Amino acid sequence: MLSKTKIKANSKDYQTAKVVTPRERFINIVVFVLLLLLAVVMVFPLIYMVATSFMTKNQILSGSLTLFPDPILIGKYSEVLNKANFISGIFNTIKVEIPVLIIGGFTSSLAAFAFAKMNFRGKNMLFLALLATIMIPFAVVMIPQYVLFSKLGWTNSLLPLIIPGCFGNVGMIFFLRQNLYSIPSDLMDAAKLDGCNYFTTYLRVFLPLMKGALGTQLMLWFMGIWNDYLAPTIFLRSEETWTLQVVIRSFNSYYAIQSDYALIMAASVIAMIPTLLLFFIFQRVIIESIAISGIK
Amino acid sequence: MEKTKVKVQMSEMAKREERWAWLFIAAPFIGFLCFMAYPIVFAVVASMSRWTGINSLLGNMVGLRNYIEILQDKNFWTAMLNTVIYMIGIPIGMILGGAIAMGLNRKIPMKRALTTMYYVPVVSSLVAVSILWAWVFNYDYGLLNTIYKFLTGNHGPNWLGDETMVKVAMIIFMTWKGLGTSIILYLAGLQNIPRDYYEAAEIDGANGWQKLRNITVPLLSPVTFYILITSLIGGFQVFVEVQVMVPAGGKNYSAATVVFYLYEKAFEHGQLGYGSAIAVILAIIIFIITALNFWGQDKWVKTID
Repeated sequence: MLSKTKIKANSKDYQTAKVVTPRERFINIVVFVLLLLLAVVMVFPLIYMVATSFMTKNQILSGSLTLFPDPILIGKYSEVLNKANFISGIFNTIKVEIPVLIIGGFTSSLAAFAFAKMNFRGKNMLFLALLATIMIPFAVVMIPQYVLFSKLGWTNSLLPLIIPGCFGNVGMIFFLRQNLYSIPSDLMDAAKLDGCNYFTTYLRVFLPLMKGALGTQLMLWFMGIWNDYLAPTIFLRSEETWTLQVVIRSFNSYYAIQSDYALIMAASVIAMIPTLLLFFIFQRVIIESIAISGIK
Repeated sequence: MEKTKVKVQMSEMAKREERWAWLFIAAPFIGFLCFMAYPIVFAVVASMSRWTGINSLLGNMVGLRNYIEILQDKNFWTAMLNTVIYMIGIPIGMILGGAIAMGLNRKIPMKRALTTMYYVPVVSSLVAVSILWAWVFNYDYGLLNTIYKFLTGNHGPNWLGDETMVKVAMIIFMTWKGLGTSIILYLAGLQNIPRDYYEAAEIDGANGWQKLRNITVPLLSPVTFYILITSLIGGFQVFVEVQVMVPAGGKNYSAATVVFYLYEKAFEHGQLGYGSAIAVILAIIIFIITALNFWGQDKWVKTID
């Protein structure tokens, strides 16, 4: 009898099992309304952004609050998509994403595998040293990095954004290592008996098993690269190599003088679509992995 | 005899494993050496030189003179003060985020949709939303002043042009951008607090406030600590939103931050040595904050055990 009540108290649906008093129900309704109002306030600027992108200049500068432009003008979107530097901005960003995610994803997962499943001297110390590097702000190393990249003659290309990423991502190594701990280490011995060496063990046994975690991390990294602005703005010295974020920022300074806010907003909306789309599709895993970072 | 033989054999295998492992972790360490360790050492040396990137670095060594000049530069202190003022947004975001998370932890509908709405600004491009908010804060036609005029009939404040209002504007923006992260982290923290704690407190006759003060807040302290430390470190690196929204750093440098000052000196004025000295100061500040936080962690962070 005693154990039965205990189980009930610990079970997850304890909250639902509990009788909700009318007073509590009333509080929940008030809380819900407040949270909904606040959430609307949070997304309102983004709605306003989309609305502005469809407006005529007169509507924008009329000073009245319009959320449903009349007529709806999609012309600014085709204008943006016809600008050569906007398109090249998208392509440059993709040219950074692909090699970094493939090579960096490989080096990161390989290192995570070594840290989680192999034995070697100095393992913990090396891992902590690597983890400590997350604390180093980019602003501290950006001047020497800039000098290094210009000495190497990279600042007229995308290499300053590609090469460092290929060496891996410490945050990703950390998460994949956590994930690998949940996979039994017996598989190491089994793979060895099957004649695998350490690399083929990683490639054929553990890489497929960490697919899910690797996918989530790659997605977050994709978003990070897509939204990155500081490094591109410092390292990319020629306009042809500008990534999308640098391009839309240049649009902002250029077209604001002409009060062409619709064009600026249309460009910004397009620049936000890929990451928002990914977020909406994979929000559960993305939010989970953010939540884990705080609990760890 | 038998035992030593086995041991030797084992260590031969272990050595093999070790060589493979070192090979596997080589890439991130080479990356660290080239793009972190070497630049840091370089920055420290360069910080003691009147170096422009064109002249000789070692031929223009001036000792600590760059540091002395920085500490005597009015703009540096203005930027530092602004950076600290912007951090007012950190406790605001934590309290608001904690409160919203507690709301979301109740039995209410549409939890998933609400969480998504709060989190959208976090995943949005910082440049794009900075452009958006520069437009929202626009003096003549922006959303805020349109609403202000609609409600009061008067013209609203010059958000980005006024020395005080620009700071308010930046704090509003940063709180908006980062709120979703605090909410998610606090929500995860709340879901980790065992229900029985509250039940036991209710049996003891605790009211809502007492439960909040004695159970929720202390048990959320690890999350609070994490948010605080990451926000402080991030707070010292604020740059992009300032550069996009107030390109010249605002009237009388009223919106500039430390990294903005660093960027301006190094990449616009070509004072790479001087800029490196600012970077070293920034690194020291962030190191001290991190160390202080970890030192203080034992004192005020409570865990379930």
